[in-house]
Amino acid sequence: MNFEISKEAIDIQAVIDKVVEREAGAITTFIGTVRELTKGKRTLFLIYEAYEAMAVKKLEQIGAEIEERWQGTKVAITHRVGRLEITDVAVVIAVSTPHRADSYEANRYAIERIKEIVPIWKKEHWENGEEWMGNQLETVAYPKGEPEEKDLK
Amino acid sequence: MNKVMFFAHLRDAVGKEFLLVEAAGKTVAELKAEMAGTYRLEKMDTVMTAINEEFAMNDEIIRDEDVIAFIPPVSGG
Repeated sequence: MNFEISKEAIDIQAVIDKVVEREAGAITTFIGTVRELTKGKRTLFLIYEAYEAMAVKKLEQIGAEIEERWQGTKVAITHRVGRLEITDVAVVIAVSTPHRADSYEANRYAIERIKEIVPIWKKEHWENGEEWMGNQLETVAYPKGEPEEKDLK
Repeated sequence: MNKVMFFAHLRDAVGKEFLLVEAAGKTVAELKAEMAGTYRLEKMDTVMTAINEEFAMNDEIIRDEDVIAFIPPVSGG
């Protein structure tokens, strides 16, 4: 199970261990954490919610895209859901590759794709109110009311 | 019969995780418009749809037993 949604705190080492292999010369690990201040606004805590079955499928799709694009790559991703406090770990992405440059690139690709296609939502509980966050790409999400084919493939 | 699932702000608006409706023969766009009208759902122009856990386009036709999910802009990571 290299791609998981977890209701518990993420064991970072366990995610890394999934991509360890003899051919690998590099493992990059991205750890996404809960930040207290966003443009001056103070977060008290967050709730993450997922469409779990589909989210796991879409994480697997990202893994497959990466393995196709960067040869000899192994990927593991765990995203947490539920209530997270400031500094808690929300997501861990581990990528192993034969050489380091690919490892950095592939890991970056994984987090950007998560923000595009994986059905996980964040509800910010601010000092003064709460709000479901829209996409964090700071784009108008689907002006035609539906995704373009290229967004999903 | 079709299961229609809601997430994030849509779930708050509908007040339920899912509804059971007869949607066979309708397009994604038709079902979306119907739900938006009934439950006064906001920002539906930015909401994607999944059929059986795969993203679907607005002109796709829903079949009996398909599981439909309305997917607001995602914000994981």
